[in-house]
Amino acid sequence: MGHENDWQPTAPLATLRLRAALLARVRGFFAERDFLEVETPILAHAGAADAQLAQFMIEDPIHGQMYLQTSPEYAMKRLLIAGSGSIFQIAKAFRQGEAGSRHNPEFTIIEWYALGYDDKRLREEVCALIAELLPHLKNTPRTLSFSAAFKDTIGVDPLKDRTDELRQSAYTFVPSAKHLTLDARDDILDLLMSQAVAPRFPDHHLTVVTDYPASQAALARVRADGLADRFEVYCGALELANGFYEAANPRQYADRFEEEARRRHERGLCAVPADERLLAALGWRPLPDCAGVAVGFDRLVMLAVGAAHIKETLAFAIDRA
Amino acid sequence: MTTYSTNEFKNGLKIMLDADPCAIIENEFVKPGKGQAFNRVKIRNLKTGRMVERTFKSGDTVPGADVVDAEMQYLYNDGEFWYFMSPETFEQLAADKTAVGDAAKWMKEQAICLVTLWNGVPLSVEPPNHVILKVTDTDPGVRGDTSGGGGKPATLETGAVVRVPLFINIGDSLKVNTQTGEYIARAKE
Repeated sequence: MGHENDWQPTAPLATLRLRAALLARVRGFFAERDFLEVETPILAHAGAADAQLAQFMIEDPIHGQMYLQTSPEYAMKRLLIAGSGSIFQIAKAFRQGEAGSRHNPEFTIIEWYALGYDDKRLREEVCALIAELLPHLKNTPRTLSFSAAFKDTIGVDPLKDRTDELRQSAYTFVPSAKHLTLDARDDILDLLMSQAVAPRFPDHHLTVVTDYPASQAALARVRADGLADRFEVYCGALELANGFYEAANPRQYADRFEEEARRRHERGLCAVPADERLLAALGWRPLPDCAGVAVGFDRLVMLAVGAAHIKETLAFAIDRA
Repeated sequence: MTTYSTNEFKNGLKIMLDADPCAIIENEFVKPGKGQAFNRVKIRNLKTGRMVERTFKSGDTVPGADVVDAEMQYLYNDGEFWYFMSPETFEQLAADKTAVGDAAKWMKEQAICLVTLWNGVPLSVEPPNHVILKVTDTDPGVRGDTSGGGGKPATLETGAVVRVPLFINIGDSLKVNTQTGEYIARAKE
């Protein structure tokens, strides 16, 4: 098949120039704040535990089964334990099967870990970075809890409603899902969040969602009140950032790896070896007190140029890669 | 039977949904933060033509539909069925009224149509984009008026009624766009 018609970039050159300028500004932002820029391997022996993520696997004749990273989180945490101090990285990450107007299987993450920060301070820093990159976003960010986000938009209580009530709400607010069984409470919350709650967030305006239920904590600290120090930043319905006041307890990592491995097994997904080097590092010394966040850089570019599709921000999106 | 995972969803893919063959029109991947991913899909039911929206959990599988498009020659209709023949195998198939639908009013014998088959049975029929048909009834032509302004209705040999310029007469052959139902030009035949 000829490629006479699809060799060209998917992003206008003007967007690629802006992309470069934004990357320079990101580096300036962190330089001013004394973060160390690091580069960690995108090809590694272990994959992400998360059962929701499908990784690209690559066989190396010498090193065996390798994985393309879905995020630089584990390697950066090993650096933190090794004593790096606050670090940031602009990294390529890869997620199989994630393709659409807001997803490209290969994408760019800005990820950073700030020593001595909690989630609140990090939230402010994320919003400061976004404000610097996207000065056209007006007003101050709106911050509300996970629970308030549901109540304000669809009048549903995601913490107190019974699972059958939540399921009913899901069928009401997302009629196209009415044939789904939706057994797991978290699946229902994910469905509502992505298709009923976030789409009701105001456009051109940052919404910061905090205080996630413990079941959605991932590797965030879980407080005594049962809520997690996790936050997400949205612009309209577009999710931009996901951050944590990082869990310090090594047990939480081991438990989560086991839990996700079990979930993978239940769903018939291929097993992914746990990152034993991260677990070993955590066994040597706890993760220093810090907060960490991942920001989708391509989506910031989407907002900067008003792109409707992520491919308009990439030199060559997946179909032309 | 082939099955497709949501990862393989793309526009035009034919799948079975609620026991009906359907085509994917639009597929959007939706995913919250760290959680379960979904595919929100616009689907056309190929039997009814109706559009529906469905949300799948990413990774779910659906059976594929054995739907193929075949170019076939329209032969005749016996009042109940429309008969088509494959120009390659000379195999003949009968399509019912539901499958033929609006195409009926544009089909002249011998016309090559696009027949969509589901498990070998006609599901829908698309006439050629342009057809040439004779006018069987219209008001008398107005000589010298080639402006085309205003116009008048004309009934064609297949029963279709189109709006034509005033100078058209009974017996004229017209080129018609079957997608829009609009007159294009007088055909020399």
